[in-house]
Amino acid sequence: MSNAKILTSNPCWTTLEDVLALSESDFWQGIVENITYNDFRVLSLFCTPNETKFDIFCILGNDNTSLFKIFRHTLSSKKFQSHTETIPQIHLFEREIAEQFGITLDGAQWIKPVRFEQDFSLHVKKSSCGDMEYFQIDGDDIHEVGVGPVHAGIIEPGHFRFQCYGENVANLEISLGYQHRGIERAMIGAPYKQSLAQMEAVAGDTTIGHSLAHIQLLENMSNIKASQKAETIRALLLELERIANHVGDIGALAGDVGFITTASYCGKLRGDYLNLSAKITGSRFGRGGISFGGVGYDVDFTLASEITHEMEKLKPKTLGAINLFFRTPSVLERIENRGKLAYEDIINYGLTGMVAKSCSIQRDARKNYPFGYYNNISFDIATESSSDIFARAMLRKDEIIASFELANTMLIKIREMPNEKYHTAQKPKLPPNSLGVSIIEGWRGEIVHVAITDKNSKFSRYKIVDPSFKNWTALSLAMKNEQISDFPICNKSFNLSYCGFDL
Amino acid sequence: MQDIIYLIFGTLFFFMLSIVNLGIIIKVKAFFGGRYGVPIFQKMYDILKLWQKSIKLSQTTSWVFFAGPLLATIVPVFCFLFLPFVAFPSILSFDGDFLLFVYMFGLLRFFTTSSALDTGSSFEGMGSARELTFSFLVEPIMFVCFIILAKGTSSLSLEDFFGYNILDAWSDYSTVFGIVVVCFFVIMLAENSRIPFDDPATHLELTMTHEVMVLDHSGPLLASILVGSAMKLTLFAILIVDLAIPFKTGILPLDTTIGIFAVLGMGVVVGITESVMARLRLTDIKKILMGTLIISLFGIILISR
Repeated sequence: MSNAKILTSNPCWTTLEDVLALSESDFWQGIVENITYNDFRVLSLFCTPNETKFDIFCILGNDNTSLFKIFRHTLSSKKFQSHTETIPQIHLFEREIAEQFGITLDGAQWIKPVRFEQDFSLHVKKSSCGDMEYFQIDGDDIHEVGVGPVHAGIIEPGHFRFQCYGENVANLEISLGYQHRGIERAMIGAPYKQSLAQMEAVAGDTTIGHSLAHIQLLENMSNIKASQKAETIRALLLELERIANHVGDIGALAGDVGFITTASYCGKLRGDYLNLSAKITGSRFGRGGISFGGVGYDVDFTLASEITHEMEKLKPKTLGAINLFFRTPSVLERIENRGKLAYEDIINYGLTGMVAKSCSIQRDARKNYPFGYYNNISFDIATESSSDIFARAMLRKDEIIASFELANTMLIKIREMPNEKYHTAQKPKLPPNSLGVSIIEGWRGEIVHVAITDKNSKFSRYKIVDPSFKNWTALSLAMKNEQISDFPICNKSFNLSYCGFDL
Repeated sequence: MQDIIYLIFGTLFFFMLSIVNLGIIIKVKAFFGGRYGVPIFQKMYDILKLWQKSIKLSQTTSWVFFAGPLLATIVPVFCFLFLPFVAFPSILSFDGDFLLFVYMFGLLRFFTTSSALDTGSSFEGMGSARELTFSFLVEPIMFVCFIILAKGTSSLSLEDFFGYNILDAWSDYSTVFGIVVVCFFVIMLAENSRIPFDDPATHLELTMTHEVMVLDHSGPLLASILVGSAMKLTLFAILIVDLAIPFKTGILPLDTTIGIFAVLGMGVVVGITESVMARLRLTDIKKILMGTLIISLFGIILISR
């Protein structure tokens, strides 16, 4: 069964003609076989209207061989057979397709709303967000706790429904969609002038990740290659974003267990790392840092030395604050063996990023699907093995140290390179009727952008998969049979994006 | 007339000491976090601010909702009257008043949890359940400690437990009294929902114990709860200071100064405790309290041998 289009590099593109439309049985059989026997997993699965019909695309990826397989199937009617039971990792994708295009899923157990989107083409947001049937457990001793969408902390909105037996959580149901802005729909007919700004705002804390995925896709489809220096600066920004968020997360974890020392210092240090991004781009989140054909702002010798110097000063402070956290017995007692995830669940549900890496799974797009700067270097992915809150916290520490080394090498290389000017006026020239795929390892995990162009070389469909989209499932799995009072710390150990899910 | 003046000044002094004590805890925590922290009197400003606000009431609440905050202020003040403060004797005292002392807190707990349940919120129900579970374990510790003190001082009143003749009791039973001081320190942290038992600074409803029960109280009601919790903390600090510093110089101003600084020193100790450790898991709180109960029972064995 190899009627699928195989692509070998990241990012990559192909014309739609090369992606054969398979029959329904061939389509699903191909996906199931590749997942079961060939170690592929689903990167993205989405539907796109094709004149009067609907096309379903499935992008599979193999972590070991860095291959992409693209499957395509044209729906003959507005329904298809649900395959969630055989391939659990597509459960959200299937529900999303059903919700966005009003397609009926045959044999699906319970098609719950994903983000309360009414109709993809109309983009009318349902007013009744969060209004759905929730899973319920009967019994006198069971009580239900609903949290959100307005939370105590200054975070994004999301609704959590707990079914509790005493203090134990029997089931946690997560209902999102409050931040749905219709970003994918806004990309139809793109690239527009504002498209890049919209991509930067897919998830505010992953500005570099999403804008890089987008720009990389555009450049690849327009056959433009960024200079080596531009690629190095991009990778530097990506690593700075990773360090800043990881440091902030460890601080937030400390705050949740009431350990103020690490909480305060990491909170401050996160700001220092954001300021490094601001030194390069003028924005603490790196907005405008990545532009088509290059980067928004060049890093010259002086700036590179300045950043190196700053990072050398910050490193011992950061490690000191983090090590204090990991050396305090009362902290370890809170985070060890809590919120455990089973290896099988991570594989079955196709969980990515830190969740996978904290269970000894080498799932990192920088290594599995190397892009840009990461093509030319060799490095090791940090992993942890216990897949509990401790592992996810420790993984952050490991990644901070690894990113420090990576960033240091990049800065040395940048200092050796001559100053460059980037022509930001360049316009992307996309091929007509094509499909492009681009993957980036953001700080949370892999970010997948898939674009399909129409005959006028404009996007007819732009699909974004933020790591949060897949990983919210992990939180409700991790909370099973845990104490409800451990939910905040467990939630923070994942620190998933609400708007990255809601799009 | 003199008694009334004594009472009014005593209460005012107690109130101010509580505010400063809480301010010091916050300052110490801020110091460990590398910050300046809010002014020492910030709690006072908060209370004055809240006092001027209006009360927002849920439709489901009844008069019980007001009972909790009212008792939150009244109970600590009332209990303070039974405690001697360093060289000052108790304002009120009778044989067996330690029973009243313990059960005044029982009464307070009953009404705090009732007024929390009165709102019908799932969080407040959860918080009430936790509070009652923990106090169920704290109460026996308190009783055992008082029984030890009663045996050690051959008396049944708080004035004698913590008053002048305690120095003799210390020289006879120093080990046991040491145990009692440790137990009282644990009770102080647990009863006042401090770290490691609860985090008073947290904003996470699902992990709160005490704070979650007052989420629906606003304005003067919340002010009353804040005043009450500050005074409750200081009440226990005074209890410990009275017991741990049995020496008296005989000079009233000097003794009082030592007493005040010792109480504020307790604030520093609490602040340091909160800074160097994380809060416990809810399930582990029970274990710690059970352990403390067992330690206090050892005290009884030691003193009655």
